[in-house]
Amino acid sequence: MKIAVCVKQVPDPEARLRVGADGAWIDEEGVAFVLNESDEYAVEEALRIAERTGGEVIAFGLGPERTREALRKVLALGASRAVLLSDPALLGGDALATGRALAAAIRQEGADLVLTGSASSDLGYAATGSVIAGELGWPHAWLVMGVELAEDRRSVRITREMEGGMNELSAVVLPAVIQVQAGINHPRYASLKGIMAAKKKEIREVAAAELGVDAGRLGRAGSRLETVSVALPVSGREVEWIAGDAAAVAAALVTKLEQEAKVLR
Amino acid sequence: MPTYKAPLRDLRFVYYELFDAESLTALPGFEDAGGDLVMTAMEELAKICEEVIQPLNAPGDEEGCKFENGKVTSPKGFKEAYDLLAQGGWTSLICHPDYGGQGLPHHADIMAGEMLCASNLSFAMYQTLTSGAYLAIEHHASQELKNYYLPKLASGEWAGTMCLTEPQAGSDLGLVRMKAEPRGDGSFLLTGTKIFISAGEHDMTENIVHLVLARLPGAPAGTRGISLLIVPKMREEGGKLVLNGVTCGSIEHKMGIKASATCVMNFDGAVGHLVGEPHKGMKAMFTFMNAARLHVGIHGLALAEAARQGAVQFARERLQGRALTGAKYPELEADPILVHPDVRRMLLACRAFTEGARALTAWTTLAIVDAEHHPDPDRQQAGDDLASLLTPVVKAFQTDLGFETTNIALQVCGGYGFTRDYGMEQFVRDCRITPIYEGTNGIQALDLVGRKMPANFGRSLRRFFHPVAEFLAAEAGNERLKEFVEPLAKAFERLQRATGWLAEQSLKSRDEAGAAATDYLHLFGWVAFAFLWARMAKLALEKEGKGGKEDVLFYDAKVRTARFFFQRMLPRHSAHFAALLAGCASTMEFPDEAF
Repeated sequence: MKIAVCVKQVPDPEARLRVGADGAWIDEEGVAFVLNESDEYAVEEALRIAERTGGEVIAFGLGPERTREALRKVLALGASRAVLLSDPALLGGDALATGRALAAAIRQEGADLVLTGSASSDLGYAATGSVIAGELGWPHAWLVMGVELAEDRRSVRITREMEGGMNELSAVVLPAVIQVQAGINHPRYASLKGIMAAKKKEIREVAAAELGVDAGRLGRAGSRLETVSVALPVSGREVEWIAGDAAAVAAALVTKLEQEAKVLR
Repeated sequence: MPTYKAPLRDLRFVYYELFDAESLTALPGFEDAGGDLVMTAMEELAKICEEVIQPLNAPGDEEGCKFENGKVTSPKGFKEAYDLLAQGGWTSLICHPDYGGQGLPHHADIMAGEMLCASNLSFAMYQTLTSGAYLAIEHHASQELKNYYLPKLASGEWAGTMCLTEPQAGSDLGLVRMKAEPRGDGSFLLTGTKIFISAGEHDMTENIVHLVLARLPGAPAGTRGISLLIVPKMREEGGKLVLNGVTCGSIEHKMGIKASATCVMNFDGAVGHLVGEPHKGMKAMFTFMNAARLHVGIHGLALAEAARQGAVQFARERLQGRALTGAKYPELEADPILVHPDVRRMLLACRAFTEGARALTAWTTLAIVDAEHHPDPDRQQAGDDLASLLTPVVKAFQTDLGFETTNIALQVCGGYGFTRDYGMEQFVRDCRITPIYEGTNGIQALDLVGRKMPANFGRSLRRFFHPVAEFLAAEAGNERLKEFVEPLAKAFERLQRATGWLAEQSLKSRDEAGAAATDYLHLFGWVAFAFLWARMAKLALEKEGKGGKEDVLFYDAKVRTARFFFQRMLPRHSAHFAALLAGCASTMEFPDEAF
């Protein structure tokens, strides 16, 4: 059983962020980067499946050179190898271009199962997993709260969270891409032995040219989405209490959202 | 309720910028243990401390340890947290790979110790005592005993203790009465009672290994007749673990560290084995005690850091009054108390202490690494001299000031600090033991003045005096450092004068040394802090404006804290200097019956 897990490095949620000079992204200088939290759940799920089945976990990361730290972290947690896509030709892309590159790298490596987190905490498109599945032509499930490998190892039974406290149970034929929901498990801490062993594990770099994908479909060139500007949310201190019973409060709120805040039409 | 964030940036600064822990990779066995690896490990342990161990601190204090039918139950969650540490290999950071350890240099254990103790001192006790027992056995026991015990202690499957104190033998271990009778097969039967045994009995591990001071038949009186024995709670018989006649009689009800079991231990014909030679137990135990004294110095630092963080958090959030020079935050109902000069004074005093203590701890720790691992015998000797000189200073100065700091931090929080729900008073209560255990601070002062100061005709002392003098000479013309170097030079000159005075007076009367000892230790502590603060200021000034924005803020704050230390804290050394020179007469001539 070969399990690929895709991870991203994102700004530390506790970092004080500033808008960068170009106005289109944050100023990354002095900002600490960490493993995207929702990816930690995917890593944990991958490790648990691998431990139950005697399989191996291979971590994939796309991003600048610093992404190596995030991969090292996944290796410390127990993945056996990692693949780093840090070629400048692959960077700065949207979920579509990023997903294509990751899918190509996974295809080359070969995998029975691909796990991803629910979304990145910086851009939050929650789309890379779907793109990977689309590129590979594999089945895809998201909002997954449980993954159980079938006895014949040809499919996984998954539990998906539905609204109203319901769960959906389905079987997904392997190979497949599963986008797990945060909270599916309790991610482990790296052991000291794991951290020491990670130093010696392989992180293989793959260049854009090795992926067999047309350069125009990768990185910034392959993106259909362009971030025009980012801004810090404006914080205000005015609070207005709307009193009354639930129906009256709801009606008053809708009126205010339509007429004052102009967020409803 | 205060939260805790491990001071990883400052730890990295102290060990890898102020001192050169990276150079340890040149020592045999530490080739792979560079700063990258060590700090990555610390980052992970920091998460465990912040997310798992610190949240058990206040509930553990409320619940305390329970004693029933000879069994001690630790507070809820302790066993699980202990298992998490053991399974992750965190209990064997510095243990030798031959015994299943990770083989990291000593400073990794010291950084880990600070984080664990700051998160939950009671919890940390169970683990640090085990690592102390490991060290004593590794240094002094026979190969057979090492092979049997060390892997179990390294893995955390078994825990360890040190059993010194008896009801009549506290600071004076020469009065120890515990009997060890040879059985003729190389083992001994131990009979007697030990008290105040931390982690003497608990439910974390299946077995507990006690290192016990005892007397063999016909042993000379006093400390020259004391042997060290290893006595497990469960001994192996026919491949099975059976009870070994070691029982817990009761546990103490204490002011602080309530989740750490402090036990009366009864040995009733318990089987043990000699560690090292007969009657040479004190020497072996000193390995344990020196390591433990350094660790207690860290308890002072750690609790002060935890309390400091709580105070800063409170001072930012609590809105009371307006800044004396006009509102600083006019949009708020009142200014946060952080703006008030007296609150700032308290917060900066906390900060200058913790960062200074972290640096002094690091200097001492790296001297120990040299003493134990450096291939050059001169460096070994120098490391040993410096570490043995600084150990009583670290222990006593950092716990006296550490306790003071927890109190200051509580004061920042006003009435809230005094309530149990707020969590600040626990730091004060927990810290109160630190000037007492592992040799009271009075004993540390006597150790410094009576043993360390004159040791090897003053050679140990010169290991400290020379670097300070060299620094002062090298920086004499440095205009930017003048504000730090001048007060350091003044305080250092006084320390030298006090040392000369003490050496002279001690020849006339040993009471002079005894009465001056605590003031001397404090004077020494202030000068050691001043030396390290001056070096930190120099380094931070050199790095001023360099690196990312976080670094720029870090170095700027470092220089400002140094300035506060020199202007507002170091003057305290003068009082100790004056008190010391006044001599012992007023103390010693007071009639006993008039007390």
